[in-house]
Amino acid sequence: MSGAILEVRGLNAFYGPIQALFGLDFAVEEGGATALLGANGAGKTTTLRALSGLIRRQGDIRLGGKPIAGLSTEAIARLGVAHVPDGRGTFTELTVEENLRLGAYVRSDRRGVRRDFERVFGYFPRLAERRRQQAGTLSGGEQQMLAISRALLMRPALLMLDEPSFGLAPMVVAEIFRILAAINRDEGVSMLIVEQNASLALDLADRAVLIETGRAAMSGPSQTRGADDAVRRSYLGY
Amino acid sequence: MNAFLHQLASGAALGGVYAIMALALVMIYQATQLVNFAQGEMAMFSTYFAWKLTDLGWPYWRAFAVTVVVSFLGGVLIERVVVRPFAKAPVLASVIVFIGLSLIFNALAGWLYGYSVTDFPTPFDGPPWFGQRAMSAHESGSILVSLAVLMLVYAFFRFTPLGLAMRAAAQNPTSSRLVGIRVGWMLAIGWGLAAAIGAIAGMMAAPIVYLDPNMMAGVLLYAFAGAVLGGIDNPFGAAFGGFAVGVTENLMGAYVVGSEVKLSVALAIIVGVLVWRPSGLFGRRLVARV
Ligand SMILES: Nc1ncnc2c1ncn2[C@@H]1O[C@H](COP(=O)(O)OP(=O)(O)OP(=O)(O)O)[C@@H](O)[C@H]1O
Ligand SMILES: [Mg+2]
Repeated sequence: MSGAILEVRGLNAFYGPIQALFGLDFAVEEGGATALLGANGAGKTTTLRALSGLIRRQGDIRLGGKPIAGLSTEAIARLGVAHVPDGRGTFTELTVEENLRLGAYVRSDRRGVRRDFERVFGYFPRLAERRRQQAGTLSGGEQQMLAISRALLMRPALLMLDEPSFGLAPMVVAEIFRILAAINRDEGVSMLIVEQNASLALDLADRAVLIETGRAAMSGPSQTRGADDAVRRSYLGY
Repeated sequence: MNAFLHQLASGAALGGVYAIMALALVMIYQATQLVNFAQGEMAMFSTYFAWKLTDLGWPYWRAFAVTVVVSFLGGVLIERVVVRPFAKAPVLASVIVFIGLSLIFNALAGWLYGYSVTDFPTPFDGPPWFGQRAMSAHESGSILVSLAVLMLVYAFFRFTPLGLAMRAAAQNPTSSRLVGIRVGWMLAIGWGLAAAIGAIAGMMAAPIVYLDPNMMAGVLLYAFAGAVLGGIDNPFGAAFGGFAVGVTENLMGAYVVGSEVKLSVALAIIVGVLVWRPSGLFGRRLVARV
């Protein structure tokens, strides 16, 4: 077996009759983090939606070697793909605690769930203070923390994050990325992370994929000069 | 005085029936933003099923339990087979499906059991439970059953993982699927629960309004009035509204307008509330940041 938790080959995706992704190839290493970069409208969100089965897609998608391209969203989630969607996907009318319990909905190991509650409250003490509060009343940063925590309660084999920094103050972004790095490095949770902020994402990731209008323009290890230059040229604009 | 208490008690007994019917309407409304106009006829059909079982000599409570379970399964089946295909269709298509369903159940009941008005048994017969004779044993029992249903439904949604998943699926289907909830099944179970609650409503109403294929038409209208009064997005507001409508209707019928026109009281309530306070007495003012 290869060391990849996620392998994607020739991924096409569609919104109704309109094709949005064209033959995308990339991988996420077991315990690694891959950054998915690209300009607005390049197809980053679409890629995550296609992997989760939220939109029609074709191609070869393997999670730990197992093909998942034909599975429903629910089935993919049950296999351990935790998708933190853009906009955070908060259950706004439920409490913070209920949001977290939903993350653990398909698990039956009560003791493990209780330990994971402690673990996410350790990362984000603010959520513990607000556990009885209606989730829709949380600040944007707190809702992002809640979305990440909900995903962690799934005990994910792969954590997919769609722009976790979106709309947040720099200090909150720094805190969230520090914790994401800890989750990736210390706990070995594999990640696929979409980010507008390329330098943040490249710090966290060991690989990067650059998408341009639905196609992979470049992909490779994130730390090489080449990656940085290509990203800057095609995306940061200098 | 005793006569007044008596009117109040009968109002509360039917009000309990309206309350749980309103709850059934709200459950489906919250998940789909649609009012199931077939809820009344489904409940009527369940009640006939129970009547058939007691007619065959089954003890009341066994017939009751089997009817509730069969109605649950029937509700699930209707959602899967009849409602599901129209999930993405325009609202009007669903409304037509509901109207079609209610016509089918009405005709089916007439064909199977005839249109004559029949007595329906109550497990609560015998002398009144309370000395004053203001309230018959059936009225007392029926109120207790309604309250028990309300409490069980509350406990189910509040304290069980399945109840939580059903609330989540109604609010945010996409996020629900992303945590592994089978949203389609949650809706089907919602239909099953609504059908089971409707069956209980029918069995509690039938000893009062008598059994015939049109018995639930008025009940559904009052339940809907109660739901609108209390707030169609708030289960317990709706249940409160059901009780309030039952009591109002009965007192109005006895002392103000006469029983011939009391159905129009329900319509007046619906229109009045919609004008004065569209979200109902307890309709949620959403607390959310944008
Ligand atoms: N629901 C939709 N229906 C039709 N087309 C869509 C839909 N969502 C996205 N698209 C199109 O798909 C393409 C990729 O969009 P996508 O949202 O994946 O971009 P993105 O890389 O996530 O951009 P951003 O950085 O702005 O979030 C765009 O051309 C967009 O217009
Ligand atoms: Mg996006």
